[in-house]
Amino acid sequence: MNDYSKMAPQPTPETQPFWDGLKEGKLMLQRSKSTGKAYFPPRPFFPGDPSQEVEWFEASGRGTLHTYVISHRPPPGFEAPFSIAVVELEEGPRIQTNIVDCPQTPEALRLDMPVVLAPHRVNDDITLPLFRPAQEN
Amino acid sequence: MLKRGSVAVVGAAEMVNAEGRLPGYSQIGLHAESAIRAMADAGIGPKDIDGLACAGQSPTEVAWYLGITPTFIDGTSVGGCSFIIHVRHAVAAIESGLAKTILITHGESGRSQIGRGGFGMGKSTLQGQFEAWTGPMGAPTSFTIPVLRYMKRHGLTEEQLAMVAVVQREYAARNPNAVMKDPMTVEDVLNARMIAYPFRLPMCCLVTDGAGALILTSSDRAKDFPTKPVYILGTGESVETPMVSQMEDLTSSRAFRVSGATAFAEAGISHDDVDHLMIYDAFAHLPIYGLEDLGFCKPGEAGPFIAAGNTRPGGKLPLNTNGGGLSYTHSGMYGMYALQESIRQMRGIAPAQVAGARISVCHGVGGMFGAAGTTIFSNEKP
Repeated sequence: MNDYSKMAPQPTPETQPFWDGLKEGKLMLQRSKSTGKAYFPPRPFFPGDPSQEVEWFEASGRGTLHTYVISHRPPPGFEAPFSIAVVELEEGPRIQTNIVDCPQTPEALRLDMPVVLAPHRVNDDITLPLFRPAQEN
Repeated sequence: MLKRGSVAVVGAAEMVNAEGRLPGYSQIGLHAESAIRAMADAGIGPKDIDGLACAGQSPTEVAWYLGITPTFIDGTSVGGCSFIIHVRHAVAAIESGLAKTILITHGESGRSQIGRGGFGMGKSTLQGQFEAWTGPMGAPTSFTIPVLRYMKRHGLTEEQLAMVAVVQREYAARNPNAVMKDPMTVEDVLNARMIAYPFRLPMCCLVTDGAGALILTSSDRAKDFPTKPVYILGTGESVETPMVSQMEDLTSSRAFRVSGATAFAEAGISHDDVDHLMIYDAFAHLPIYGLEDLGFCKPGEAGPFIAAGNTRPGGKLPLNTNGGGLSYTHSGMYGMYALQESIRQMRGIAPAQVAGARISVCHGVGGMFGAAGTTIFSNEKP
């Protein structure tokens, strides 16, 4: 597993609920109360229409592999090659992540394959939203 | 909308070499030296400049360093296309009387790292929280992320992606200042070292030192300068997102589409009128996205269009004729070099000159599909 300790994000007031949710294994997103449309990354208003009221909700943690590269340029603490991926969440938004628990090869990383949240604790404050292939059954 | 042809480039200078190194200059020194050479090209001095635009250094630093007292400044800094956007803002400033003679400067000690500020990526920024921890080490592993989605949607092949680099190398071979000149085949590209699957080394831009500057004034005044004026027909700009993962559609750039459409509408030209094209190529997929988002090709057709030879020397749409960021030079913010090649083509002095070229489109990207700027040049006054 990559060592994320040097890269751990620093939450801001606007994003704190997202990072707090991950500590409990939950993927928290925001959505418009009127339309239900979800968005990401977190901000205290609906992008493009600040008049819409917004609320936090727990997302399913399910999505599909939208695109990726396999990096051969590891930062300190990372083992190459490793995937840098964009997952399209079931609720609509896309999120950048690493796909773990599978070979880091084009054969194993098939576009549009189902993936699920794999929370990874870095320290007391930060748990990262990694993703892994969904169990097939 | 700006008035087409009301402003012209009357001075231009570029500092690059085949070694990709300018170890005698700090970053601000590169801004200054290229500015001095552009002023010499225009036959004027710092006292004649009343407007200044630059990125990478603040206009305050560059104005003070050169001894310029501006009545117009522009420090728009949205990445490599900033200089293309500066051209647009300079046209607006000259048209509205904010300044008469505007200098645009660029300088980067990208290779030698002399006197260079870092690109901050704080852990509490949007990128720091939502992208940086996934491990991209700069552009090669970020800017490249969208392409697999494009390949799946449109059937673009790795061979076609490699052809972008192969074709541009053909231009670089004709350019004495290009860093990479050796002939290259698709097989060479596909056997090269993997950087970020599916991108191999020749599909990624160089890292060099370099600089360049332009001087713009009204077309009415342009005839008083010693150089052949290059008129600005149309301009465009836009931004989309600071994070590549948050593009609306990873197979097309909204900023490209908005900027390009604005510039074409302003210029009042059609795609068939374009003799020469520059599309900022930080990586091999950029010319493909650019050809489609600017409207030269339909979605999915740009890869085959390049692979069929349409953009190579002698092709119907010569593209990135200096060799591009992939083979010519790339110091970090390449937009100025794209502008310089458009100017050379319009002046008729490019190493790989397109015979009889009258209209050149220069399109740049900033960040990772974050921003875009487009300028359309002509050597004929409209």
